[in-house]
Amino acid sequence: MLQDFIAGIRDFSKGDSQADRVVPPTGFTARLTVFAAAAMAFLAVFALALSLASGRLAQRWGDELARSSTIRISAPAGQMDAQTSATLEVLRTTPGVASARALDREEQTALLEPWFGPDLPLDALPVPQLIEVIEEGDGFDSDGLRLRLAGEVPGAVLDDHTRWRAPLVRAASRLRTLGWISILLIGATMAAMITLAANAALAANLQVIRVLRLVGALDVYIARAFVRRFTTRGFIGAAAGTGVGMVLLLLLPSAQTNGGFLTGLGFQGWHWVLPLLIPPFAALVSFWATRAAALRTLGGLT
Amino acid sequence: MIELENVAYSYSGGELLSGISLKLAPGSFHFLTGPSGAGKSTFLKLCYLELSATAGQTRVFGENTRNMTRDDIARHRRRIGVVHQDCQFLDHLSIAENVALPLTVAGRDVGAEAQNLHELLSWVGLEHQADALPPELSGGERQRAALARAVIMSPDVILADEPTGNVDWEMSQRLLQLLVELNRMGKTVMIATHDLSLIRAAKSQVNARVLRIANRRLQLAGAVL
Repeated sequence: MLQDFIAGIRDFSKGDSQADRVVPPTGFTARLTVFAAAAMAFLAVFALALSLASGRLAQRWGDELARSSTIRISAPAGQMDAQTSATLEVLRTTPGVASARALDREEQTALLEPWFGPDLPLDALPVPQLIEVIEEGDGFDSDGLRLRLAGEVPGAVLDDHTRWRAPLVRAASRLRTLGWISILLIGATMAAMITLAANAALAANLQVIRVLRLVGALDVYIARAFVRRFTTRGFIGAAAGTGVGMVLLLLLPSAQTNGGFLTGLGFQGWHWVLPLLIPPFAALVSFWATRAAALRTLGGLT
Repeated sequence: MIELENVAYSYSGGELLSGISLKLAPGSFHFLTGPSGAGKSTFLKLCYLELSATAGQTRVFGENTRNMTRDDIARHRRRIGVVHQDCQFLDHLSIAENVALPLTVAGRDVGAEAQNLHELLSWVGLEHQADALPPELSGGERQRAALARAVIMSPDVILADEPTGNVDWEMSQRLLQLLVELNRMGKTVMIATHDLSLIRAAKSQVNARVLRIANRRLQLAGAVL
């Protein structure tokens, strides 16, 4: 199998214009095949971008949110300071906590500003005190911490973000999986279309195949004449489709707001290399699909 | 060259040929005759490996055809020249390229054989049609082009299935002449035909044996003529 493949690649690069000429040229189906390959490659570029972008998103949400939690303390004004320091004391002795810090008044005002405006008289309101907890290593045991807080600081509520983080990360991962499935389906569809086109070409050229067989042509020689054509068409079409897809992604408005999902669609850094693999992959798919179709057809002839 | 030993061939409908034994000796000249549908074409197909016998043994150039792969068959066909009544070409290639096709598919350098090709085309009288496309040729010209294609690999055996079926008497004489010349050069020739006058015309030029297929059997029919 592998030897066949290597021999095939070698014959290809060598080129055999004579073998190409034995099959009459076909204008219309050739253009259709190129078009189909281009369309599939175009879709593959976006499926790839979707997979990579949602992968990035899942990772970012997972990373950032997993490392921090918040503790909210609601207590009568007189007990606020005592409960805050008690909480910080609990956190200092909790394994897995890197640091804990009570937000000061200005920071809390900044957090609330988008909702209440800049002139909020924070002093006059019973605003809870927030404590930011940064994890280290494998993180802390949130159930254990909750129990301890419940015993020692009745006004403290731990919010470890897992509750709302998990479904978001899960959704992003799903999206990534869907992207990869799309790429697989696009590849399979391309193989199917190339097979159909190759079968049509083989059927239209049965007389040519019979003549070649009569004068002593080997199956691989006959198959190669078709395989070379469809591989070239698959490659050229996919290259064009990939090119257009990549240009359109480049022209998308760049991601300004962090976390914006739709505007984050695209490639980053070395990921721009990945879509360049689509044309060779399309050529490979065309090669195998046509070869299988040709050898199957030839096997049915005497 | 080609040996058949107690060979039978059956279609799904029934037996077409049975108990056929024949040895084609090198340099021999055979006619194969018999009524239409008797199995002349089938017999030739067994010889050039288009069909395989349903019983008995066929040996081509000493090799049992049962053990041959598709590629073995293709390689053996390079040593057997075949001419059909309705000869088929690659219609988008010129006559010269069609005649050189066996060289092309065998991976031989066609450019190096250009001289041979030219001589062969003038031998069959098609040197002026070398650049023409097959559909532009008359029936007789097509037959001669097919003959040229059949012999360009310098095969040991030439099998012709009704080569004169589509041409007039003069042209069939000319084709026969070419086949007789090939036989004089040492090639084994077998012609399937129902044209008895062609056989009579050949008898004066070459020591031909006449085989007849009738009632599924192959008989030597020299005395009949």
